[in-house]
Amino acid sequence: MKLSAITDVLRGDKQADRVVPPSGHTAWLTSFTAAAMTFLAVFALALSLAAGRLADRWGDALARSATIRISAPAGQMDAQTRAVLDVLATTPGIVRARAMEDAEQRALLEPWFGPDLPLDALPIPRLIEVTEDAEGYDSEGLRQRLAAEAPGAVLDDHTRWRKPLAVAAGRLRMLGLTSILLIGGAMAAMITLAANASLAANSQVIRVLRLVGARDAYIARAFVRRFTLRALIGSAVGAVCGMIGVAFLPSADMAGGFLTGLGFQGAGWLWPFLLPPLAAMTAFLATRFAALRKLKELT
Amino acid sequence: MIAFENVAYSYGGGELLSDVSLRLAPGSFHFLTGPSGAGKSTFLKLCYAELLPTAGRVTLFDREVRSLNRDEVARMRRRIGVVHQDCQFLDHLPLAANVTLPAMVSGRSAEMADLKDLLNWVGLAKLGDALPPQLSGGERQRAALARAVIMSPDVVLADEPTGNLDWEMSLRLLTLLVELNKMGKTILIATHDLNLIRAAKQQVPARVLRIAKRRVQLAGADL
Repeated sequence: MKLSAITDVLRGDKQADRVVPPSGHTAWLTSFTAAAMTFLAVFALALSLAAGRLADRWGDALARSATIRISAPAGQMDAQTRAVLDVLATTPGIVRARAMEDAEQRALLEPWFGPDLPLDALPIPRLIEVTEDAEGYDSEGLRQRLAAEAPGAVLDDHTRWRKPLAVAAGRLRMLGLTSILLIGGAMAAMITLAANASLAANSQVIRVLRLVGARDAYIARAFVRRFTLRALIGSAVGAVCGMIGVAFLPSADMAGGFLTGLGFQGAGWLWPFLLPPLAAMTAFLATRFAALRKLKELT
Repeated sequence: MIAFENVAYSYGGGELLSDVSLRLAPGSFHFLTGPSGAGKSTFLKLCYAELLPTAGRVTLFDREVRSLNRDEVARMRRRIGVVHQDCQFLDHLPLAANVTLPAMVSGRSAEMADLKDLLNWVGLAKLGDALPPQLSGGERQRAALARAVIMSPDVVLADEPTGNLDWEMSLRLLTLLVELNKMGKTILIATHDLNLIRAAKQQVPARVLRIAKRRVQLAGADL
């Protein structure tokens, strides 16, 4: 396909446009299809981008923090806690380490055990919150030192949790992108069908044009331009509606749940503007392919 | 210009034309006669590559039609003006736009003055804005002839161009074709109208081809 085929469609030819009769409902079907598909694509895009952000946020937050859990008899708990803090204080890559207060631990357990938890009466391990710097620390070396200095201390660097979370978020992102591809494919299929129907309905027009010397490219261009413009306009409407819909989704700050935060942030709001040109390009390719194939059948 | 070499055309298992060999020289004027269903329209369609021969060779402007790709066929047809028997038009375009269609599709513009003169000559000057479905059979035939000659093609093929016209208008259209022929254009008219042939022969050295028994023969000069 020559680049001129695209520029010809963009430039337009008023006379060539006239040779195809004005169409009725099929014009609206194409625009509606493009609008609906782009509307869905905006949400798929929002899902994909949000999943990406979620994956980054989870990975980043979990990667920069770790917990040391000390399980020791009540008489040794303070000594082992001090020993662990001493070890941490001399471990490169650790910015901060602090033992959690009883009140904090109670607050963590409260959702499961209620507010009247007798913390003193239960053998609850002491938790030490560790924050690492950008370089990180040698987790294996730290485990060995802890084993020597405080046998009841267990380092949990969150790797076990981080991996499935990151995998889940990554798959969610892939799901969003796959949805966009499927939506694009479905739109191409629908526009191809509409173009074929239009070409078949105008077979007499095509025959006359061929008989007076019109080239296939000339005839195809009239159809392709029409369908491309319809898809572009429909898709632009769908994109705007989708963006309005996304803008009205509850924000993460308001509800704080897992599914909130779906949407676009900052420059991410520019991504939906790519969808109408992509829809137009999809329509262009689908219609051109359908038109050139159909023309060979018709004349 | 147009040459047939041992051309045959079969349709639906039966042979419509058989072993046709002839040459339409540049600037020649031919009539094609024969009974209904003898294959006159088929012969014309072979002349502008709407049909391909099932045997033999058809050559247009020194190119064998089978060797032409679709774009080349389109370019070739710009050099051939055709008046179809069923006078096909784009029904959504006004008559004037239909007449200038050959110019439109070839990216050229027909001179408005030429268009006006032409429509005037074929008696359609006041119907330029009319849509084809609003025209009578005769008006459609005249419009089809105007469309066929608007770009001054090298060859004009006309399939019963005067079938729905009165004698006066038939002579008027014949005069147009004769004038084109005098300008060096090749003319081939399929017709039953012997009076039209006689009228033409008084103006130009027209030759008559007759289709009979699947063959195309040069008829005698006694028409």
